[in-house]
Amino acid sequence: MELILALAIGILGGSGVWLLMRPRTFQLIIGLSLLSYAVNLFIFSMGRFPVGAPPVLEPGTAGDPAHYADPLPQSLVLTAIVIGFATTALFLVVMLAARGLTGGDHVDGRRRG
Amino acid sequence: MPNWLPHLAPHLAIAPILLPLLAGALMIPLDDQRARLRAGLGLLSALGLVAIAATLVAQAGGAGAAPVFVYRLGNWPALFGIVLVVDRLAALLLLLTALLGLAALVFSLVRWQRMGAHFHALFQFQLMGLNGAFLTGDLFNLFVFFEVLLAASYGLALHGSGVARVKAGLHYIAINLAASLLFLIGVSMIYGVAGTLNMADLAARIPTLPAADRPLLEAGAAILGMAFLAKAAMWPLGFWLTPAYAAASPPAAAIFSMMSKVGFYAVLRLSLLLFGPMAGDSAGFGNTWLFIGGLATLGFGAVSVLATQDLARLAGASVLISSGTLLAAAGAGQAAVTAGALYYLASSALAIGAFFLLVELLERGRELGADVLAVTLEAFGDGPDEDEEETEVGIGIPATMAVLGACFLCCALLLAGLPPLSGFIAKFAMLDGILNPAGLGRGGAGAAGGAAVTPAGWALLAALVLSGLATVLAMTRAGIRSLWAEAGRGTPRVGVVEIAPVLLLLGLCLGMTAAAGPVLRYMQDTATALYQPQPYVRAVTGARP
Repeated sequence: MELILALAIGILGGSGVWLLMRPRTFQLIIGLSLLSYAVNLFIFSMGRFPVGAPPVLEPGTAGDPAHYADPLPQSLVLTAIVIGFATTALFLVVMLAARGLTGGDHVDGRRRG
Repeated sequence: MPNWLPHLAPHLAIAPILLPLLAGALMIPLDDQRARLRAGLGLLSALGLVAIAATLVAQAGGAGAAPVFVYRLGNWPALFGIVLVVDRLAALLLLLTALLGLAALVFSLVRWQRMGAHFHALFQFQLMGLNGAFLTGDLFNLFVFFEVLLAASYGLALHGSGVARVKAGLHYIAINLAASLLFLIGVSMIYGVAGTLNMADLAARIPTLPAADRPLLEAGAAILGMAFLAKAAMWPLGFWLTPAYAAASPPAAAIFSMMSKVGFYAVLRLSLLLFGPMAGDSAGFGNTWLFIGGLATLGFGAVSVLATQDLARLAGASVLISSGTLLAAAGAGQAAVTAGALYYLASSALAIGAFFLLVELLERGRELGADVLAVTLEAFGDGPDEDEEETEVGIGIPATMAVLGACFLCCALLLAGLPPLSGFIAKFAMLDGILNPAGLGRGGAGAAGGAAVTPAGWALLAALVLSGLATVLAMTRAGIRSLWAEAGRGTPRVGVVEIAPVLLLLGLCLGMTAAAGPVLRYMQDTATALYQPQPYVRAVTGARP
């Protein structure tokens, strides 16, 4: 489980960083999206992996923390997903504006060389 | 006093977030026919923020028993719920934000508010994000408020549109999105190790962490620091700043000068709280890097100030110098230097804000590319005909130019740190902290009992003085070119409403100069409290409904 998750985060993060360095705005936004998936998984993993454990206490029980998943990283991930989604949408609008104004999709507004 | 007022007083801490949020939300449905109402609402909110922040400063700065005020959202005990914390540092930065916000807003009323949609709403959300970032007591809400202020700043950076703004804005947004991801990685690593995100609780837990977990925590803190330093524009993370700030509309740029201070605030707050003297083995973590990075930023800023031809870029480069000075002073790790740095923060934020506004007034009515032409003419020694100017001798200087010139002079003095204005006092306070680590009048470098000045201290001293020299040179050149040497340029048309905010900001700097004693005492108390975070930690962890 740990190995699979670590590999997933690594592959997503690595591809994200590579795409981030590319000169086209489309590659940039895909890179940022992949990176944000990697980061969301990473936050999730910081709550450890109790498989099959609910994050919410059952009614009427005092609750042993060992039987429950940590709810905080899950709520952090939720917030991060929402914020990431909103900023990605905003970035897309800016890219469309840049495409319209410069007539190209190069991040510097023109093709080099 | 109305009888509901005392019930409201404890909720003052959340007012700097709620007020702009409400004002901004009310503005969104107002269409362009109600532009006056929108502007009035914005102005009212900005004035209200100044009043609230001044009250908070008066409360936090008072010699009362509880200088740290904790506001529990939802009335949960502090470690389970979310808290807002008002202490001296937060109150000071709130006041600065409110004043800069007011000035920028008034400036925008004449022209800039009409250059694009939703300027006023975005502006209010920007203020809300800034205030929230200064007030929040836990790391994740810091992230949320960073995103709020960044989202608003993306809109403001693009306000007015145009190819230059969109190109610079694209880079600005990409950098900040990447930095936000680093922020999340850092926050989650710290949570994974320490099990809490409350800053005060973290400060209490870090000394008790097992040695095996410490590298992971420090790695998390370093990644988090990268995110903050990208915002504070530390070299080499600050290359995006000059183009983005120079391209932004002037009122937006003026409030952005506060935004780079948020990064510095977060670094200062967290490094002293989490890795302060009580942090056990991790004490002082990152100070060396902060110091070196600050010096590098200072050097880079000095070079870019000298290299730039354009007034707006000059203002952007001064932001770099200001950030570099602050980071290096924070990295020096002495309360006296930090006190000077806080005074410098206030002085430079106001001065740079005023300069961004002033630049727009000076640049008005001059054709594009005039700067490049001027440099070319200078280089090839082929200036405009000098004879024609002689006929102008004896003609009085127009009043507008006189006022603009005086403002420019004040900005130059403030940014370069020359006497008699507050920029000088700020640098003097920092240099004094370096040379007399024991405090003013308690034994200098050579006196018995006084600690010797370290090589790092000398390096900081040299960097401060040299960056001041670079600023003087650049500002003199820019002043001569834009105020004296331009033959055939018309006097810019400047309304009273537009020059008033500049005068307000510069007047505040003058006020800081005249009242240097009380202001510096406040800064010293702030710095002392930052270096002894136990009362802060106790106030937050002990907060109960």
